[in-house]
Amino acid sequence: MAKVLKTFPIGGVHPCDNKLSASKQIEPVVLPATVTIPLSQHIGAPATPIVKPLDIVKVGQLIAKASGFVSANIHSSVSGTVKKIDNVPDTCGYKRPAIIIDVEDDVWENSIDRTDSLLKEISLSQKDIVEKVQESGIVGLGGATFPTHVKLSVPKGKTCEYLLINGVECEPYLTSDHRLMLEKTEEIFVGIKIVMKALGVSKAIIGIENNKKDAIDKMSAISNNYDGISVQALKVQYPQGGEKQLAKALINREIPAPPGLPIDVGCVIQNVGTIYAIYEAVQKNKPLFERVVTITGRSIKNSSNFLARIGTSISVLIDASGGLPGDTGKIISGGPMMGKALNTTDIPVSKGTSGILILPEQISSRTNISNCIRCAKCVSVCPLGLEPYLLSKLSLRSLFDKAESEQVVNCIECGCCSYNCPSKIPLLDFIRLGKTTVMKNIRNRTK
Amino acid sequence: MQNTLKYAILSLSAIGTISAIILYFIAQKFKVEEDPRIDAVEEALPSANCGGCGYPGCRNFAEACVNASDLSGLYCPAGGSETMQNVARILGLEAGEQIPMIAVVRCSGSLENRPKTTIYDSAKTCLIASTVYSGDTGCEYGCLGLGDCVVSCLFDAIHINENTFLPEVDQNKCTACNACVKSCPKNIIELRKKGLKDRRVFVSCINKEKGGIAKISCKVACIGCMKCQKECPFDAISVENFLAYIDFEKCKLCRKCVSVCPTSAILETNFPPKKIAELNKETVNPSENKNINSDIEKDPNG
Repeated sequence: MAKVLKTFPIGGVHPCDNKLSASKQIEPVVLPATVTIPLSQHIGAPATPIVKPLDIVKVGQLIAKASGFVSANIHSSVSGTVKKIDNVPDTCGYKRPAIIIDVEDDVWENSIDRTDSLLKEISLSQKDIVEKVQESGIVGLGGATFPTHVKLSVPKGKTCEYLLINGVECEPYLTSDHRLMLEKTEEIFVGIKIVMKALGVSKAIIGIENNKKDAIDKMSAISNNYDGISVQALKVQYPQGGEKQLAKALINREIPAPPGLPIDVGCVIQNVGTIYAIYEAVQKNKPLFERVVTITGRSIKNSSNFLARIGTSISVLIDASGGLPGDTGKIISGGPMMGKALNTTDIPVSKGTSGILILPEQISSRTNISNCIRCAKCVSVCPLGLEPYLLSKLSLRSLFDKAESEQVVNCIECGCCSYNCPSKIPLLDFIRLGKTTVMKNIRNRTK
Repeated sequence: MQNTLKYAILSLSAIGTISAIILYFIAQKFKVEEDPRIDAVEEALPSANCGGCGYPGCRNFAEACVNASDLSGLYCPAGGSETMQNVARILGLEAGEQIPMIAVVRCSGSLENRPKTTIYDSAKTCLIASTVYSGDTGCEYGCLGLGDCVVSCLFDAIHINENTFLPEVDQNKCTACNACVKSCPKNIIELRKKGLKDRRVFVSCINKEKGGIAKISCKVACIGCMKCQKECPFDAISVENFLAYIDFEKCKLCRKCVSVCPTSAILETNFPPKKIAELNKETVNPSENKNINSDIEKDPNG
């Protein structure tokens, strides 16, 4: 009998994984003529710009400073002249401030090590590593974009036992983490060592879903050379990349409800993309100004994995992978489960852009919404054990106190409920409204 | 069989009678003394329970009226001055004068003026649509047309126009209860002075973009050119963030601003038609309306 793979115990769905670009190498994309670098690419306060129009900037130069502890520095991804600081639409279409730079040449800061050589020796001390990460503006690249230095600063009175590495990539279509694990394997291991040193932990577990067998094999083979790092294959189940689900699957611990954090149960969770960025920042002195972005979809000519500079318009990436197909119905930033449909292709790549998914018209439009038939399919797939049908109704009727007592703040917005609903009710859209309102109420109460 | 039935009826009636007597005395003993005027005032109110007065319902408002020493801060928007006069008569007080107000939709982004750029297919409520994204047109400030205001209205006074997909207020039914104002996530609806003979002049746009950008997304957007501000003889217009706003307290309805607005963003309602006799047309396009100076002099409100 085959060995039963680990996974999280309740809820979850298994959509067709559609990893079309899994075999495509990460390739750099041509430099665009201008880049638009948003000032709010992370959770927390937007960064404050420190450049002004007509300033000359180099690749890797600091252009906006973090304004607070939960905030992140932003560096220029290109060299050229700052054109203006203006409001540009974000993924939601609302205007947010951004720095627009005209690209000239490709001049990098001298301090950045641009060689491919692998540097295994970790010379920085524990404190310096966290500082370096903070300086380099690194945020969680899995999608939540939470500033990484905050996670690496373990609060007093709490101890960290495990470092959990998220190589799950449970979203269908996306392959950026998968490719990183295959192409930058050693670098990721050194990155894990750096984070282990920063946190002072001796054990690290890398969780990878079983649909990435090549990555599991390669990572497992190399893990023998590194003490305390092990690779764990996981059953394919969405949303395993969520912190709560991953901690449950890997070390069988339950992260308490918000404001509970993984550190409350003695673990810190980092995405492989973030780990690679930490490696580059600490060993190569390279701040976070580019990331791997998957451009994918059944209708697109060449689905690919690009190493794109932050601020590159996604239309440049789409053109580089064969242009926008004529029958496009939806362009989604992120994966199909949690991604966000865009209303224009003129959106810049930001630190949180893991992929762009292009869906043809016939599979992109929602079918007609009908009434709830109380089948409880949403309840059975909710990985948090919530009752989505109830939460959505409470939000719709503005009964936010009741929604709060039904634990709406626990929702991780994975979208399993909407995915599984036979009546095609956009449950998550309703629940998200309830969640944001309840969170606001809680914040006002504690003020 | 006959006897059983008899006993059952007799015993039940006896229990009923005794309980009724006991309950009567208890009710007398523990009677809650309430000001009879509360009932009278409640009777005079429209019983809409709309909350427009600031109280949860009509009874709460009635209690507040009875307890108040004067009625100056209390006003029932649904009933209007007439109802307040009645309430004042019951309580022997002086009714506070309130200028009648009406809800005004400050967006003219019809399909023609502001074409759709995307299709929205999730939950059909403005509140959710506005949290998901900026809207299915190029204007992030404009009306989403999904009708949260229509649902919120208890008086059937606001409806979505089938051609423009914009809400329209029925001026005969609107009580200015503020429900639609609160329901609109984009803050498009505003309560304004109803005006003499229902005549109003207002900027029908809340787009705070720079002129060029606003104009691209919507043909009738306010571009913040400040022409109206310069034209206004009463200093009633202010321009902030590339958006003009007419203060209805200062506005004397001279309509000079309407004719100078290059994008027709300023609307006038219920003014007598000029040369073109379109009786039921509420809004008049200034391009058809170049020579209005002669009318202004005759206008008693001017």
